[in-house]
Amino acid sequence: MANYKKFFVLDVYRRIYLVREFELRAIEERRRGLIPGFIHSCVGEEATAVGACLALHQDDVITSTHRGHGHLLAKGGDPKYMMAELAARSSGYCKGRGGSLHIADFDLGILGANGIVGGGIPAAVGAALAFSLRKEKRVALSFFGDGATNQGSFHEAANMAGLWKLPVIFFCENNLYGEGTPQSKQAPLCDLAKRAESFCFPGVIVDGNDPLAVYEATREAVERARAGEGPTFIEGKTYRFRGHYEGDPQVYRIPGELEEWQARDPIPTFRQRLIEQWSIAEDEIKQVEDSVQQQLNEAVAYASSAPIPQEEEALEGVYADIHGGKVF
Amino acid sequence: MSTRDITYSEAIREALRQEMQRDPRVFLIGEDIGVYGGGFGVTLGLIDEFGPERVIDTPISELGIAGAITGAALTGMRPVGEIMFMDFVTLASEALVNQAAKIRFMFGGEATVPFVLRTPMGSGTGAAAQHSQSLENWFVHIPGIKVIAPTTPYDAKGLLIAAIRDDNPVLFIESKLLYKTKGPVPEEPYTLPIGSAEVKRQGKDLSIIAVGVMVKRSLEAAEKLAQEGIQAEVIDPRTLKPLDKETIIQSVIKTGKALIVHEAAKTGGYGGELAAVIAESQAFDYLEAPIVRLAGRDMPIPYNRTLEYHTVPQVENIVEAARKLARLEV
Ligand SMILES: Cc1ncc(C[n+]2csc(CCOP(=O)(O)OP(=O)(O)O)c2C)c(N)n1
Ligand SMILES: [Mg+2]
Repeated sequence: MANYKKFFVLDVYRRIYLVREFELRAIEERRRGLIPGFIHSCVGEEATAVGACLALHQDDVITSTHRGHGHLLAKGGDPKYMMAELAARSSGYCKGRGGSLHIADFDLGILGANGIVGGGIPAAVGAALAFSLRKEKRVALSFFGDGATNQGSFHEAANMAGLWKLPVIFFCENNLYGEGTPQSKQAPLCDLAKRAESFCFPGVIVDGNDPLAVYEATREAVERARAGEGPTFIEGKTYRFRGHYEGDPQVYRIPGELEEWQARDPIPTFRQRLIEQWSIAEDEIKQVEDSVQQQLNEAVAYASSAPIPQEEEALEGVYADIHGGKVF
Repeated sequence: MSTRDITYSEAIREALRQEMQRDPRVFLIGEDIGVYGGGFGVTLGLIDEFGPERVIDTPISELGIAGAITGAALTGMRPVGEIMFMDFVTLASEALVNQAAKIRFMFGGEATVPFVLRTPMGSGTGAAAQHSQSLENWFVHIPGIKVIAPTTPYDAKGLLIAAIRDDNPVLFIESKLLYKTKGPVPEEPYTLPIGSAEVKRQGKDLSIIAVGVMVKRSLEAAEKLAQEGIQAEVIDPRTLKPLDKETIIQSVIKTGKALIVHEAAKTGGYGGELAAVIAESQAFDYLEAPIVRLAGRDMPIPYNRTLEYHTVPQVENIVEAARKLARLEV
């Protein structure tokens, strides 16, 4: 493993800690009634989102999923506007029209969370096609789950990307379940990275709970993509600690499995490494944690007092007018 | 026959169970329909009774599901597929529209495609634009598919059993907001005719023809209208295709006024078809006012609950539209 500087690893920790705490706060605010809609939390899967986005530039783009809060935060999403969107407010990222399933910030290269499993993958390939047509050195990264690799959308998009050697990264977060069905009952293989072989680009497996391992694998894929060598499939092995959605009774979980994975919880594991490998003082870590908590207090306060959409606003914006939409 | 009150969701489960007991060719296939019980718990427990060979959990592959029930139906089975949300039927539509719907006619009557594809439609759950659509009219438009949308537990059970025994591909559209509603249902298996509407409430002043959850809202509206002295007749087509035109036409001849209510976006919605059926019939001569369509706004369903509420017709909107029509203020 490369010799990372202290400030870098501390920043990595801040990011994964932010994702974790954002999720816990959102769950809490949903319970308290600030958030009216469904939440699919990524608790336990923070390291894939953060590690992968660390390897991207601001003008690179991502497509995300129904479990997208981590991806958004990792790509630079502001917790304030995210929380306001979850609270269905006018000043949320999408004016309260999208909610958790549909947050986007095109200025940050976040082409949107998605309510359709596999829905974002072809669009990422399309973005990579645009970059390639315009000879830009930008890349597109698509996050998706293990379950999404069983959709036609994945296979069609991956085939095109392999054929045209597009600058795209297929990032599969294999958390061992698609809703209530174990991954092993959804596909005849466990190592989904092997799927890349049939599209003639590399498939790599990483420890999805280690943000640095994810970062390194993604950095390599990004380099390949920028060099015009085409796509990479990265499979991050990870695990979802909470229900598929908040409120899921989780009758399907294999006994003992959760505890096994919790022993490898990315947050405390990486925190311990900061102390042992980089000799970072407990105090310094605590400071980072406090500042994240402060940021989240502000986000919740912002969302709570954000304006509520009015009925008339609802009709706006189904179609773009001549000057509508962002030139991106 | 012993009858008891059960929910819409229990009525569907009972129809599935009884048909599976009766006919070994019937099996269920869909995403998370086993232990998980399906997105809305409709198939809960059936896997314990029939095992994983007849309650098949699939990968997240909607086209695969619709294609598989087509192929299995062609070769002697009578599958019942489930698509978790109607929005995802768009992914399955190739198999439905280009394959299943065409096969019988295109191959000169060589084969039949006896399957049912169940799926829930509708908004009202705060689930935003990709988990709230009502796309019934997409499939009404395709010759070769039957489209059923029951609104009571009794109708749901009888029509689902009829659909499973029917030799055509049937899209069986359930209404999410009705899953927990209760009503009397006989314990024994029974069928209801596909292509028969029902007058859910008699009235002389206007005819309300509604689809899905709008039948329930129209009945509530009719109660309120009755307090004002307006007697609304409420008709549930129950099967959108084939449509029982006669029941609708006779009602409009009686009342002289037609209000059509559905949740799907107005433009290109099923209401246009219903309006045309009335306008093309002898009921035209009896119309005392223009036909009125009350439907979803032409926009995606927003996440915000207030906006969502105002996107589709509510009881008060139906009351208002009916009142105006009854007073010929349209
Ligand atoms: C096309 C489509 N089919 C089904 C669903 C319902 N659904 C939402 S998430 C999900 C499981 C997705 O599994 P995976 O891709 O592994 O992602 P994870 O939830 O594990 O992060 C399913 C079946 C959907 N949203 N879209
Ligand atoms: Mg998964």
